[in-house]
Amino acid sequence: MLWHTGRCDGVNGALLRDLVPRVITVLVRRGADFTSAEDAVQDAVVEAVRVWPGDPPRDPKGWLVTVAWRRFLDATRADAYRRRREVRLEAEPMPGPVEAVDDTLQLYFLCAHPCLTPASAVALTLRAVGGLTTRQIARAYLVPEPTMAQRISRAKRTVSGVGFHQPGDVATVLRVLYLVFNEGYSGDVDLAAEAIRLTRQLASTINHEEVGGLLALMLLHHARRPARTGPDGRLVPLAEQDRGRWHSHLITEGVQVLQAALARDRLGEFQAQAAIAALHADARTVEETDWVQIVEWYDELVRLTDSPVARLNRAVAVGEADGPRAGLAALARLDPALPRHTAVAAYLHERDGDPVAAARLYAEAARSAPSLSERDHLTRQAARLNAPLHS
Amino acid sequence: MVAKYLLLKHYRGGPAPAVDCAPIDQWTPDEVDAHMRFMRDFTTRLEESGEFVDIQALAPDGTFVRYDGEGRPPVTDGPFVETKDLIAGWYVIDVESWDRAVQLAGELSAAPGPGGTPIYEWLEVRPCYGIPAAVTE
Repeated sequence: MLWHTGRCDGVNGALLRDLVPRVITVLVRRGADFTSAEDAVQDAVVEAVRVWPGDPPRDPKGWLVTVAWRRFLDATRADAYRRRREVRLEAEPMPGPVEAVDDTLQLYFLCAHPCLTPASAVALTLRAVGGLTTRQIARAYLVPEPTMAQRISRAKRTVSGVGFHQPGDVATVLRVLYLVFNEGYSGDVDLAAEAIRLTRQLASTINHEEVGGLLALMLLHHARRPARTGPDGRLVPLAEQDRGRWHSHLITEGVQVLQAALARDRLGEFQAQAAIAALHADARTVEETDWVQIVEWYDELVRLTDSPVARLNRAVAVGEADGPRAGLAALARLDPALPRHTAVAAYLHERDGDPVAAARLYAEAARSAPSLSERDHLTRQAARLNAPLHS
Repeated sequence: MVAKYLLLKHYRGGPAPAVDCAPIDQWTPDEVDAHMRFMRDFTTRLEESGEFVDIQALAPDGTFVRYDGEGRPPVTDGPFVETKDLIAGWYVIDVESWDRAVQLAGELSAAPGPGGTPIYEWLEVRPCYGIPAAVTE
């Protein structure tokens, strides 16, 4: 894949992607509207991938700005011609003021604008801020390229009325980045790594405790990635993971980022989730896990979000801290229709010494699993418990 | 979050038809054209909304095949002209929610039949398995 290692076919993909949001903001500062600027830069990127291997530019950013600006002028002229209007685009103001760091932040806000659906915001962010091509985004989400192209152009139409310099909300940006990360563990574009890169870049642009919280959360989960799947591709649950395969440098960094965020004393949901991930990361074996503290963090998370998913996960933690009966009691207060409710019930019943009920519940949970790997995992759990019952 | 759904069209099977409608070969050519145009427009609309993934129509004739042991050719059986359930084809869509999938299936079900009125066809909506989330605990 083109951007996996950052370098392919002689094009430095990482450099190219870092430049994309900066080149878009240059065009916008020169007077282009966001939609046309983004189109023009995408054209320039496609051109760069074609031309750079044989003829690498000395000043990649200058090259992209020149090519994109020319594309923008051509498109605008063609557009203007169609409308039979007299324009003097050559007389347009040229270079704007010195690049402001803030402009990249504006780009994040615009691409995650609340008027967009989550899927549109994700696609637009990956293209305009992440610098991925439409084809790469389409491949990552397993849809045809024209479908993704339409999704992106609709998203751009939706935000076309939003001013580039309107104030935005960091929380909406974080939700988009979280979505990219959380579904980024498959496909041939490494979206998890991409989400981390974009969150890092955001963290360098704005000093915000929840940006730190999300970055820490991503790093701590990414650290477990090598242990998360077995050699045959099966899902390995946290308790069974080979902790020696966790990336310790990512854990160290995640904990540092989290501590800096927590020191600001403005707790948010991503910091609380990262704290839970940090407590898991801190345990060298599953037996050493500090479940009492984890329950306390779930209490904070429930207080912050009132999320049913947080309550469900809290029930699991309570089951570990205070025994399966306590966990089942916590579970009994929750809506049985919640996703993974049955799987949690199965787990707690097994811990409580009731393999018959657990096997039945695992089989039931398998039928409503949201992904194939979870279904297979739950089916194996049911089969494991059923085997001695049958013999 | 966005997920893929299969909208399954059946020639036969599923709940009892809501409207008793003659088979398509008994419609007038204009009615057949109108029906085909509706299907094409529906596809175009999905493409434009960024929700289209795939469309396939299946020929009704096929056969069952199975393994028959080492070194032996596969066994075939059928076609079964009178089987209860017969799949006609499908759409795969990539949409924001289950509700949106149901809404689109409802729209597809309104394809015009004889006299230009909707055929009220039953469509089966099935979620495709998604990607396991990275953050679950």
